[in-house]
Amino acid sequence: MVTNATSFSRSGLTDWLVQRLSAVVLGAYMLCILGSFVVHPDMDYEQWRALFAADSMRIFSLLSLAALCAHAWIGMWTVGTDYLTSLQFGKGATSIRLAYQAICILLIAVYLIWGIRIFWGT
Amino acid sequence: MLVSIYRYNPETDAKPSMQEIEVEIPADKDLMVLDVLELAKQKDPTISYRRSCREGVCGSDGMNMNGTNGLACITPVSEAAGPGKKLVLRPLPGLPVVRDLVVDMSVFYKQYEKIKPFLINDNPAPAIERLQSPEDREKLDGLYECILCACCSTNCPSYWWNPEKFIGPAGLLQAYRFLADSRDTATAERLAELDDPFSVFRCRGIMNCVAVCPKGLNPTRAIGHIRSMLLAQGT
Ligand code: SF4
Ligand code: SF4
Ligand code: FES
Repeated sequence: MVTNATSFSRSGLTDWLVQRLSAVVLGAYMLCILGSFVVHPDMDYEQWRALFAADSMRIFSLLSLAALCAHAWIGMWTVGTDYLTSLQFGKGATSIRLAYQAICILLIAVYLIWGIRIFWGT
Repeated sequence: MLVSIYRYNPETDAKPSMQEIEVEIPADKDLMVLDVLELAKQKDPTISYRRSCREGVCGSDGMNMNGTNGLACITPVSEAAGPGKKLVLRPLPGLPVVRDLVVDMSVFYKQYEKIKPFLINDNPAPAIERLQSPEDREKLDGLYECILCACCSTNCPSYWWNPEKFIGPAGLLQAYRFLADSRDTATAERLAELDDPFSVFRCRGIMNCVAVCPKGLNPTRAIGHIRSMLLAQGT
């Protein structure tokens, strides 16, 4: 068993599952947005606002945002632990990787909070 | 025929170099790469490589031939280099070089050791032997044949990046060999050892391992089976 403190869930299986399920949610959301453009080819700002004002759409948007954040973290964590290791950077690798992970987490947290405000704010 | 061979002695050389040697090959024959290497060694006896069985059984002469991993003893020159082309021989990628084409396989064996490559069964041993039905025995086909040549693991990018943490295709093929064995009773413990973000889940399914296995085995499929077993147990 290889342990790791910074992976999304500590479990490889859970990370793997979350990565796949979040991809499905994001795919469905993308189709939903694209579909609404197809149904209303000449959508104006008022219709656009009304679309995102519906509770169902707010829930779906927020769910997709959460899926995006989880998906992004698992992906960025994987990339970081592949390429930012002692094989490439020797002794300094831990600091480089930790800094990279901190920046990623921070950005994702900001986007999440910001996104909640946009989708569910007044 | 022109042969280009990777030369490196970490104790004396600052960095690796490629040595070009002209080898005379009988016109009507398609030699194996290992035969060409033997001819080259007659010209320069300092060239180092491993080999033993010279028939694809022992797994000791895994090397990189014109960019592709394989066993030198069963790879025809025509296949490795193509007609009239230069034969380029390098050690298996990703492992530390001991000398020329000889690599240090310690980390590869460490991963193999991790998966406990032996039958675990706490039930009292029967008088004669632990029997297996022909159907259960069949499940081990395509798994037990592995000769641990390391051609697959050293062709796997995930293994290059995390050789200490990702078990790699060879080790995982063997992990599944024991998970699939009806006589083994440690399935749950074995799976628990594999459910971390590195051991199994570093596999990205690009099948580089399958492409080079000289025994025609399919580690990616075995990894898929392990994932399904983890899923069945973990959900
Ligand atoms: S399929 Fe998996 S184990 Fe095989 S080469 Fe690709 S990443 Fe490595
Ligand atoms: S799976 Fe194939 S390539 Fe990999 S170690 Fe076994 S025999 Fe060699
Ligand atoms: S020498 Fe034994 S496999 Fe090639």
